Amino acid sequence: MKRRTFLKKTAFTTAGSLLIPQFLKAYEQKHFGQKLLNDKILVVIQLSGGNDGLNTVVPFRNDIYYRERPSIAINQNNVLRLNDEIGFNPALEKIKELYDNGLVSVINNVGYPNPDRSHFRSMDIWQTGSSSEEYLSSGWIGRYLDAQCIGQSCLPHQALEIDDTLSLALKGQQVNGLSLQNPEKLYRQTQSAFVKTLTDIPAADNHDNVAYLYKTLAETVSSAEYVHTKAKVNKSRMMYPTTELGKSLNTIAELITSGVSTSVYYVSLSGFDTHIRQNDQQDRLLRQYAEAVSIFVNDMKANSRLDDVMVLTFSEFGRRVKQNASSGTDHGTANNVFLIGGPKRTRPILNEAPDLTNLDNGDLKYSIDFREVYATLLDDWLHTDSTKVLTQKFNKLPLF
Amino acid sequence: MDAIQHQRTIQHLFWRAGFGASPSEVKKAMSISRLQLVKSLFRDSSNIKLLTQVSDAPAQDLKNIRQAVKQNAGGSREDLRDKLKLMAQERRESISSLNDAWVAQMGNGAYAFREKMALFWHNHFACRSRAVGFIQQQNNTLRTHALGKFGDLLMAVSKDAAMLQFLNNQQNRKRSPNENFAREVMELFTLGRGQYTEQDIKEAARAFTGWGFNINGDFVFRENFHDDGLKTIFGKSGNYKGEDVIEMLLANPKTALHISTKIYRAFVNEKVDEAHIAAMAKRFYHSQYNIADLMEYVFTSDWFYHSVNIGAQIKSPVEYLSGLQRTFNLDFVDKTPVLYTQKILGQVLFNPPNVAGWPGGKAWIDSSSLLSRLQLPSVLFRNETINVSVKESGDVNEEQLVRKNKFEINMNWQDFAHSFESIPDAALCKTLASYLLQVPINDATIKRIENKVSAPERSETVKQLCISLMSTLEYQVC
Repeated sequence: MKRRTFLKKTAFTTAGSLLIPQFLKAYEQKHFGQKLLNDKILVVIQLSGGNDGLNTVVPFRNDIYYRERPSIAINQNNVLRLNDEIGFNPALEKIKELYDNGLVSVINNVGYPNPDRSHFRSMDIWQTGSSSEEYLSSGWIGRYLDAQCIGQSCLPHQALEIDDTLSLALKGQQVNGLSLQNPEKLYRQTQSAFVKTLTDIPAADNHDNVAYLYKTLAETVSSAEYVHTKAKVNKSRMMYPTTELGKSLNTIAELITSGVSTSVYYVSLSGFDTHIRQNDQQDRLLRQYAEAVSIFVNDMKANSRLDDVMVLTFSEFGRRVKQNASSGTDHGTANNVFLIGGPKRTRPILNEAPDLTNLDNGDLKYSIDFREVYATLLDDWLHTDSTKVLTQKFNKLPLF
Repeated sequence: MDAIQHQRTIQHLFWRAGFGASPSEVKKAMSISRLQLVKSLFRDSSNIKLLTQVSDAPAQDLKNIRQAVKQNAGGSREDLRDKLKLMAQERRESISSLNDAWVAQMGNGAYAFREKMALFWHNHFACRSRAVGFIQQQNNTLRTHALGKFGDLLMAVSKDAAMLQFLNNQQNRKRSPNENFAREVMELFTLGRGQYTEQDIKEAARAFTGWGFNINGDFVFRENFHDDGLKTIFGKSGNYKGEDVIEMLLANPKTALHISTKIYRAFVNEKVDEAHIAAMAKRFYHSQYNIADLMEYVFTSDWFYHSVNIGAQIKSPVEYLSGLQRTFNLDFVDKTPVLYTQKILGQVLFNPPNVAGWPGGKAWIDSSSLLSRLQLPSVLFRNETINVSVKESGDVNEEQLVRKNKFEINMNWQDFAHSFESIPDAALCKTLASYLLQVPINDATIKRIENKVSAPERSETVKQLCISLMSTLEYQVC
């Protein structure tokens, strides 16, 4: 059996075995009939807590950096040099290897006007793609999902978060993404006899919200079954680290190589709020990050999918230039963003290094709005209309 | 109107003016007139029960920190760090005990309506603070003015330490104005978006300069930080102070319209009805913003009881929790589940996502929160385990909630089943459904539930039927 036929067939048996509302079946037919399965894929890694960008991409020739961080600055000799100005934290050794192969873009000074130093608010801003003056109740990936709906029919599993609960980033106005720790667990949850009863029998009431609840459950059951069935196709041959992020990226890799039609994956790594004794903590986390990502990239390469997969890494803010009294750093503003995978880079370092002589109250000034990064990925990678998702037009960056 | 419809309108009032009611309360209420019932709910809430969980003065926390630093002068850094860490832990414990206390107050006692209003204002004047004393103080302010004059409430909240801190008015000074408070007071608290200019915000921010709070959480007007120059706001000029701006905001009927719209969306239906809201706004404005009068008008209007409005709302996680307590007279023995449930369903009291509050409605529901909601009744009453881990916020000061997958509750099913003694077996499931669900459910679902449940004892049958009925999609609305 050809791969496409196989996928098509399983999709139909899946939908048919449960009494999924007609519109969903129609959608799946359309979906599998017309659209080529996942062409380009975006994997978002969120570093929660505010990763210290200056100790991640180190300005190792800068006197101000060493002066302001007497006990936490990364020794010049240990820095993994990218050019004669900046270099990676040694914990990012594995990322450096990818960088040397032209697979990494470093974007410096990413932020937004009037930065907010609260974790919650700043994460809110990054996840919704809002300005610091507006409050949105939907996320940028959620609105990307909205844009993929055909009429009333949408597919939650086009955006998957590897977690038990769903982040605001994946909540749309019309449809929400799906969150799962792993396909098996979600599948089990949706297969209880009682959930089946609920999806079997139609509502006796016509309130809008009741219909919405029925629709959400039907979509969840259908998506869970679809993902679960697909995920069995391909098991990874790589040895992923046993860290949470390692496991999550392993799951993502299996879903991608099995041909699940998910365009955006979302996963978080927490613990970057390093107010106290930063270096041990950050070193450990960056190493975890680098090891998991590098295996993932190699896995994609081995499966000939690397050209189609891009990993975006961000944090809600960077940290202050000056270290604090506890060998840590406090909440700051602009930060660097990484893009890993996809086509070979012509400009691995997109823009200028942070200017430590031109600070705003001790904080870095941003020069690239994070929504420019989003807009570029939406338009040029996911091939959707970024102005619809971000509600306004942003400059595009020469990323790839 | 048939008996079940009548019963649902009574339950509708209990849900919207509170957090639902037990079957025996509903039965009692069915024998009096609607007007009498509304009056009794208002009467029950005429007293105020303040939260007193945090016994320290609002600023005790800050004082403790300063003292620790002072005492530690010369001591080792590690010592100080440990001390501060301990204090942070105490702070977390007291904020979660405050959370428990509020949920308990919503779920028990006579003050349901006032607590429901306090919850509404908590979402309207959404605010977060690390200072637990400030949080309790603000919450009590909301409770005290919940049914009074909106103008008094607005003024009290604007001069409240937690809000001044949250919206940076402490930093709003003559030579470096901070516009955060001035913007939100117009956009979110009173007029609504689009009813003012950026220039109005700039000028109003100048009027609010000098508004701050002292270490005890009391409002202070710091004259030397105040810009007493001429300001032009909404086309009028004067040497305005903050109080003058609040007066101007109240004088504008758009404020009455904005608040009435929010009240309609929260207490009646997310889908607005312009005519009903216009009538509400007019009345609200002419009563000098009398909140109790407005709510009484809503609850005694015929349109409030239209079938489009009954069962039209998705229960918020807090309504879900408090509703359980009210319907079943149950107590959470171990308080961890109270916080855990709020976290997995996406609403933690005192932690609104931002100053705009929780978006609510459909936003409560996604695949994960819905599956958790469907599983919760079994977790609560059948001691099933729930295997959902809570997201870490990334903030090192936030509590890392330990996964607690068994809930201990106090609930007497014999008492509960007592209300249904006279109901024949064949009608039991349908009767329970009429008390637990605010919308009709398909007969086929009732049949399946009936077929599934068989127990030797009546109270056990009632229990199993209730769990199944609560695990439906229909139970998610009120």
